[in-house]
Amino acid sequence: MTALIAVALSLVALGAVVVVMTDDPARQAVTLSVFGLLMAALFLTLSAPDVALSQIGVGTAIVPLMVMLAIRKIRSRR
Amino acid sequence: MSRNARLAMFGLAGAGAAVMFVVAVIAMPHFGATHHPYRDAALPAAVRHATANVVSSVNFDLRAFDTLGEETILLASVIGVAVLLRPAEDETERQPLGRGRTLELTRLMGYVFLPVTVMIGFITVAHGALTPGGGFQGGVVLGTGIHLLYVAGSYRALERVRPERALEGGEALGAGAFACFGVAGAFAAAAFLGNLLPLGTFGDLFSSGSVLLLSTAVGVEVASGVIVLLAQFLRQALQVREETQE
Repeated sequence: MTALIAVALSLVALGAVVVVMTDDPARQAVTLSVFGLLMAALFLTLSAPDVALSQIGVGTAIVPLMVMLAIRKIRSRR
Repeated sequence: MSRNARLAMFGLAGAGAAVMFVVAVIAMPHFGATHHPYRDAALPAAVRHATANVVSSVNFDLRAFDTLGEETILLASVIGVAVLLRPAEDETERQPLGRGRTLELTRLMGYVFLPVTVMIGFITVAHGALTPGGGFQGGVVLGTGIHLLYVAGSYRALERVRPERALEGGEALGAGAFACFGVAGAFAAAAFLGNLLPLGTFGDLFSSGSVLLLSTAVGVEVASGVIVLLAQFLRQALQVREETQE
């Protein structure tokens, strides 16, 4: 179990770096969504399935969707 | 306040928070250790109220008052977004252009997973007291699941199955019901948000007393809130144009 937690934790750290290194905000919404999924996996390995469920809904679906729609709106104004 | 005064204030507050944080982390039970004082208190309390999912017992029974605060934050955020994103005076709303380009596979997956996701949402809300999940998680699944219609390429279909006015009411109803159950608990159980219902048998669908009631109220509020929230973003992105642009 500890090995699994270590793997999930490393993936979260790696994912966070990828999100920060992504330049284009539209692509960032996608990497953020993947990062949310990795966070959910981490919560699951830490035996917090309730938090993992919230994380999947909010972090991988709603927030990236809101970011994408906001970007689309901003670009249409230019 | 001058720039230096602001910096000094931030330095003081930041240093204070850092010291408190370090002290708190040092005093915390060690990671992976067997000493869990909070668990030892929460588990018997959950079993006493026949709530199989201890997390739901914590959220809707032991610290239901915190949850009321969280739901109010969500309500306030949705209202804030609705106010900020309403079409301004120099903007006009128009019908979105028909279907955009959608991959056949995306459309298929959207239609296949729409009923599955909505069903999972209802199950998650209904079984919140038994298995992982509850009003918030299920509500989010319901609120986002319906947007698979948009992913599948049909914004108009989404508009038809999404009665926005009714959902705005639903959000207020969910948030209001939570507070009303709280006041009712104050009369019935002599404590705000106290237990109202018979506790039932541990592990049954209708067990856990008020937990199921409060969780469902949160489910209604969150599902409606998420849909109303995303509706504002979708309208701004797809329908609203500045007049000067046309």
